[in-house]
Amino acid sequence: MANIQDTVAKLFPEVEIAQGETLELNVPDSGWHQLCTTLRNELGFDNLRALIGMDWGEQLGVIYYLVNSKTYEMIRCKVTTDNRNEPFLHSIADLYAIAGNYEREVYDFYGIKFIGNPDMRRLFLRNDWVGFPLRKDYNADPQINPVRLDHETVEDTTVTYVEDQNGKITEETRQIFVPEDFVVNIGPQHPATHGVLRLRTAVDGETIKKIDLYLGYIHRGIEKLSEGLTYPQTIHFVDRLDYLGALINSHCICLCMEKALQLEVPARAKVIRTIMDELMRINSHLLAIGTFCMDLGATTMLFYPMRERETILDILERTTGARMTFNYNVIGGVRQDLDPNFVADVKHLLEIMPNALKEYNKVFTGNVIAKNRMVGVGILKPQDAISYNVTGPSARSAGWNYDVRRARPYGLYPELQFDVITYNEGDSMARFKARAAEIEQSCRIIAQLIDQIPEGDICAKVPKIVKLPEGHWFQEVETGKGAFGVYIESNGGTSPFRMKFNSTCFPLASIVDHLCRGQKIADLITIGGTLDYIVPDIDR
Amino acid sequence: MQDLSFITHWIDNRLSQTLGCPQWLTVTIECVIIGIALLLLYAVLALFYIWFERKICAAFQCRLGPNRVGKFGVLQPFADMFKMLIKELIELNHVDKFLFALAPFLVIIASMMSFSVLPWGNGLQVVDFNIGIFFLLAVSSIGVLGILLAGWSSNNKFTLIGALRSGAQMVSYEISISLSVITMVVLAGTMSVTEIVNNQAHCWYLFSGHIPAFIAFVIYVIAGTAETNRGPFDLPEAESELTAGYHTEYSGMHFGFFYLAEYLNLFIVGGVASLLFLGGWMPLHIPGWEAFNSIMDYIPSFVWFFGKALLITFIMIWFKWTFPRLRIDQLLSFEWKYLMPVSLVNLVLMTLIVAFGLTI
Repeated sequence: MANIQDTVAKLFPEVEIAQGETLELNVPDSGWHQLCTTLRNELGFDNLRALIGMDWGEQLGVIYYLVNSKTYEMIRCKVTTDNRNEPFLHSIADLYAIAGNYEREVYDFYGIKFIGNPDMRRLFLRNDWVGFPLRKDYNADPQINPVRLDHETVEDTTVTYVEDQNGKITEETRQIFVPEDFVVNIGPQHPATHGVLRLRTAVDGETIKKIDLYLGYIHRGIEKLSEGLTYPQTIHFVDRLDYLGALINSHCICLCMEKALQLEVPARAKVIRTIMDELMRINSHLLAIGTFCMDLGATTMLFYPMRERETILDILERTTGARMTFNYNVIGGVRQDLDPNFVADVKHLLEIMPNALKEYNKVFTGNVIAKNRMVGVGILKPQDAISYNVTGPSARSAGWNYDVRRARPYGLYPELQFDVITYNEGDSMARFKARAAEIEQSCRIIAQLIDQIPEGDICAKVPKIVKLPEGHWFQEVETGKGAFGVYIESNGGTSPFRMKFNSTCFPLASIVDHLCRGQKIADLITIGGTLDYIVPDIDR
Repeated sequence: MQDLSFITHWIDNRLSQTLGCPQWLTVTIECVIIGIALLLLYAVLALFYIWFERKICAAFQCRLGPNRVGKFGVLQPFADMFKMLIKELIELNHVDKFLFALAPFLVIIASMMSFSVLPWGNGLQVVDFNIGIFFLLAVSSIGVLGILLAGWSSNNKFTLIGALRSGAQMVSYEISISLSVITMVVLAGTMSVTEIVNNQAHCWYLFSGHIPAFIAFVIYVIAGTAETNRGPFDLPEAESELTAGYHTEYSGMHFGFFYLAEYLNLFIVGGVASLLFLGGWMPLHIPGWEAFNSIMDYIPSFVWFFGKALLITFIMIWFKWTFPRLRIDQLLSFEWKYLMPVSLVNLVLMTLIVAFGLTI
């Protein structure tokens, strides 16, 4: 860290450096692109973890969280602009592939235009939306943005902002699809997109030429909603993001708030949370395996993982009372104590899981058709995974050994023994196998904890009205699909000043275009299935 | 072996002699009776197969399948079909209305006509002419025209891709089917369905034709599965890629026709396989075992035929609920690089065996 501080201070004297949760750089926009290039190329910060739009009243700006893909160091950079009417910042889309879409999101919510971003359309909201909803001075009058019943027109062009040497910014129109392209809408209503995701796919016969990702069909604006709610209320939203990682997501937001409140969680709650997280991970992977096989046409293989998943849902239901959105984690611990049969039920699950995995391999993985469909299809290179901010099993099967449980340990994970499953192939087969192998590891983690659940409180003493002190916190956890992050900025009140949910699946969906080009339509289904994105988490 | 042609002769005699109808009237009435009988059989078979497949796949998938309507859910397909009959036929804008309406009928006609040459039982056959097998191949390939038209006229990108896939697939696999059929015709020395069945009186071709017959059988079942657009070759309607492929835009009974035709084609492939390889309606005869053979003769011939067809179709249903789907390039390279060359070599092999008189 000191090394980074020195290098930055020497090369960029105008940058303000502070040490908070991470190293924090306050960068003027003029030097930002150059600093970012240095950070990426010389200091190894090649992974853009989060790009958070901000409105501080007088200033608009963006907060960047950059990660070194080898040492897992994280730094926070802040870039601001004073111009609220025509806010321009410099894009880093040329350095980080994912930044293109992240910046579109910021443009959508804050109206900040990024110079050099090749595609400055709105991302989630309709083209004809008036205003930028996450700005503090946004007018939410329903007269301005009524519920529109007419069809949204989708253009085949986009704009990009180019700056010449004198600093003059001009708008250029770019073509997304040319008139000759045969564009097929895969989605928003489509059996294999796992939700209302729309992939505008230009095909040449059966070969995919280009995919334009079209999002926002279930955008619920929970970041905006959170700003009007108290902290305990906001926890319920995260269950509804990646609903297959509901408990892990809420664990994340609770950790973030506990970090802010400097709360110590009771030992029993910690163990319960970890077991629940791993059960959730198995649940998520089982569903991923099942639905992926169904997408490939092996409908029967959907039902075998579903059978085991049912056991997990039953276990969760007996303790939490729900099967889908649990609302189980609260600030300081968990809501209810464990079901009396919990230990026995979980042990039963641990017994049946190894045989179940063998059965899946027998039915599906060993099949020659399945092998042909998966081996060598959609090869993800590690540098692409880093550049596109792909995390989770998808990145680990490409050879990037990043697991938040090891890289930035939280909860009980530092004390637990488990392997980070890594493959080097990066194809669909590796992603598929990684999930099955991670189920084994999750079982291993649960087996270490299940006999040693300590007695005691399940929740720490938390004041009735939760007020976070002034400051900002960023917390990440490893969900079934990758790294999920929560960023909270507080001005000392009972509700967050800004709450950002750093989506796991958004990068996964963003890389589909890159992986699918030149492949067949059927491979799009394979790639989408093995990346295992889930749309509520993309759209938020 | 009881000859069931006495039924048809009785009807014919009653019409022409007892009632004294002129010949043209007799023929017309007989054609109408046969038509109605076939239509009924068609409907019942399709409904049976819908139920059969749902029960089988439920068993594969740790489920129960339909079990509420009727005992073991046997009335479920009737309820489904009734629902489909009373559903609205949705009129779409921007489609070629005539071709759109014509397409399902072409598909249905193709499978109906194939019915006419199947050997339902001893003496139960609609037409018996000396190029029966040839006729079967010809009419069954009309179906692809219906599918192509359906995909084209719907004016939808998914249906178009589905139709093109279907065209490529069916034209390709038609070659393997035809080659394996020709292989068996070489062994039989005739294209007449009746003669093919009678030739298998002492031993089914699957056993008497040595290895080439067995290879032809395997190729026929694989290519037959592809011809019926069923998994793992269900690319034209790959629901996870093309929503429903060529019949995405169809509703009500128009969709029902495609749905029925799929099951009927399944039965036809099973029926033809049983005709060519398993002796049609011919009971299982083992040379030398006279007592056994005469017991087998007591089982009615149509039971043999349906039993064999059911067995083959069960295997094909088993395929569908086990294997994942192939990709289009894998599908085509499988046909052109493996199945077709093997079929050609197999044909030569069979010709040699027949030429040197090595058959049993």
